[in-house]
Amino acid sequence: MTAHWSEGVYQLFKQQSIRQVSLVPDAGHTRLIQRCEADAELRLIRLTTEEEGIAAAVGAWLGGDKSVLLMQSSGVGNCINMLSMLTVCQIPLTMLITMRGDWGEFNPWQVPMGRAAHTVLEEMGVLVSVAQQESDVVPLAEGALRIAYNTLRPAAVLIGQRVLGAKTFME
Amino acid sequence: MVATQSGSRLDRRAVVKTLLQDRGELLVVAGLGAPAWDATNAGDHPLNFPLWGGMGGAASIGIGLAIAQPKRPVLVLTGDGEMLMGLGSLATVGIGQYANLSIVVLDNERYGETGMQESHTARGVDLAAVARACGLRSGVVITEMEQVAALRTDMHAMRGPLLAQVKVAQDKLSLVLPPRDGTHLKNRFREALLGPQAHFQK
Repeated sequence: MTAHWSEGVYQLFKQQSIRQVSLVPDAGHTRLIQRCEADAELRLIRLTTEEEGIAAAVGAWLGGDKSVLLMQSSGVGNCINMLSMLTVCQIPLTMLITMRGDWGEFNPWQVPMGRAAHTVLEEMGVLVSVAQQESDVVPLAEGALRIAYNTLRPAAVLIGQRVLGAKTFME
Repeated sequence: MVATQSGSRLDRRAVVKTLLQDRGELLVVAGLGAPAWDATNAGDHPLNFPLWGGMGGAASIGIGLAIAQPKRPVLVLTGDGEMLMGLGSLATVGIGQYANLSIVVLDNERYGETGMQESHTARGVDLAAVARACGLRSGVVITEMEQVAALRTDMHAMRGPLLAQVKVAQDKLSLVLPPRDGTHLKNRFREALLGPQAHFQK
């Protein structure tokens, strides 16, 4: 049994000297959030809406800190205008986004934003990669972290419901 | 609720000049529109980060900066419309208890850049009370210049997180524009704060 992807991603945060982790909770991020919470060197910012996390990343970078943002795909819509700042100012940020509204979704209200998330991010200048199986998550997160901080731009990894397991509310 | 026109209204340019006097270690984020012009009017400075967009994000930028630079006072200088758009960020500030973060809302009760339409504060929304309810260490309404001097002291003493809602006049003032290239604003801020190594950060 190999370790859960969240352990590999947490190790990447440490290797990349990430200092701030902002988040709106999502079930798919539970283990990663718990791992980050247990690390006194990481500062967690609990947001009321995802766009606060985009702005916080601007402040973090101005102050010399690298940051990541954890959210669900529905939160992408909340971020659209705020993403302008990252593009205009060339500010790096890695976003790890757990998908709703794709494979196996049971809630019709989640589907429109889930379908649009990839396009919306790309239109706003974010580099997007998609993990459709568990073994993709850590390599894609590593690539996103490197390209974000080496080339000063936002990068996102969408983590598909095939990796996370589709939510049913019946289990 | 009815629109109010309470008595005392401060001159926003004088308020900001007083706040930014002898600024020492202060780092400033200025919300888009008039607060950015006010900050620039007091003297363009590499440790000002004036916004030209990102409405609703000023306080959250302050959070990231306050965490990254815990030993320096951070001032978010913004307007009532900008603060209203990011009201939830006051809850995020409240739970974070960032002692070095001060938010000063220059409240003219109007959306100045779009034609001076009323904002919600014109109808009685009390941002200082919202700040207190969100758990900031203090939330005050300021109507006198003497209070501005005390606010400046609290900000430098890092007795935050605090929010001051400063009631200012509705004058339409001259545009004093900061540079508008975001990469320039970012790079000069980081270099002034972090030194030349800012450009070598891996």
